[in-house]
Amino acid sequence: MVAATLQNIGSWALGLFENLGRASIFFAKIITAIPHALTRPRLIIREVYSIGVLSLTIIVVSGLFVGMVLGLQGYITLVDFGAEESLGVVVAMTLVRELGPVVTALLFAGRAGSALAAEIGLMKATEQLSSMEMMAVDPIKRIITPRFIGGFISVPLLTAIFTAVGILGGRFVGVGLLGIDEGSYWSQMQANVDLIDDVANGMIKGVVFAIACVWIALYKGYDAIPTAEGISLATTHTVVNSALAVLGLDFVLTALMFGNL
Amino acid sequence: MTTRFIETMVGLFVVLGALALFMLAMKVSNLSRLTSNDGYEVSAYFENIGGLKVRSPVTVSGVRVGQVIEIVYDSNRYEAEVVIRLEAAHDYFPIDTTASIYTAGLLGEQYVALEPGAEEDVIIAGDTIELTQSALVLEEIIGKIVVKLTSE
Repeated sequence: MVAATLQNIGSWALGLFENLGRASIFFAKIITAIPHALTRPRLIIREVYSIGVLSLTIIVVSGLFVGMVLGLQGYITLVDFGAEESLGVVVAMTLVRELGPVVTALLFAGRAGSALAAEIGLMKATEQLSSMEMMAVDPIKRIITPRFIGGFISVPLLTAIFTAVGILGGRFVGVGLLGIDEGSYWSQMQANVDLIDDVANGMIKGVVFAIACVWIALYKGYDAIPTAEGISLATTHTVVNSALAVLGLDFVLTALMFGNL
Repeated sequence: MTTRFIETMVGLFVVLGALALFMLAMKVSNLSRLTSNDGYEVSAYFENIGGLKVRSPVTVSGVRVGQVIEIVYDSNRYEAEVVIRLEAAHDYFPIDTTASIYTAGLLGEQYVALEPGAEEDVIIAGDTIELTQSALVLEEIIGKIVVKLTSE
């Protein structure tokens, strides 16, 4: 009984390490293939379109509503202290530091990450990747890396758009509907949000989440068991693992950037 | 889905992202308020700075003329040294100018308010503002009120 449990734990740990190792080798292959992929920008532009441009709708709409909810909730809390003029700071800080990068990455994992994993998994299942190798075309260079670069470019841009739209949404609710002074909304924001400490750190989060999400999606697709069930597992794992990675990394990054730990 | 359409949409996407970043930098953060390095620095010693922070505004008659760039404790004078950078355009402060720490609003942030004096000589870079008034600490005021009330 005890021996069997120990054996289970052992095989689970070995499997985990094996997975981590394969994922790292995969990542290293992508990194070394980046210069090669950059010589064919057409492929990258196509991926920026399918990863970034097509995610724009969900990002803009969610950003707007998240900003509006923040404006409303912030107002309800602040008005008790007579500090509703600080609404701009609350909305901007929350979006720039945390919600912008995190929610963008989560939406991205759901919208584009799952699609990437399913696409590559299906390519593997239908032996398109193998046939490319037969024709001496490296699938890492031709298929995987352009998608990686596409995601790497798209997510930070989506983060910036999400944050900007959210702040405008907060302005719409706070200034437009609840009657806060427009001047104090913006000026208090400018007085408290720092370009380097807040905006730049938020963008760094966006870049880190981009790498994590795209890496997980591509690896899960590339490593999928080439059956219908395997692909469905791969997409599920992509979304679950991306969400966990984003939230975990967010805590680490926040502690490093703002926590003074 | 022609290549041309895709490229146009990607171009639009990148421009939109750049615009959003530009807005975050100019309208949301303090970039538009960062004073350039062509100002000059003076220091002032306060017994108590209260909640004053680096980057707190420095004002004259309520108009922003500079910001706090450094706060250190001077163990020789047993006082806090506040280094402020004033914009180059505002270079005419008499040497008997007073620096006080006030609070904007009841719970607002603290700032340094300058009140120009009457002397002929003016403050230049590196000078020290000698006349200062510390931040009001709520507990001290309450303490004084309590003492006054009980002594009567």
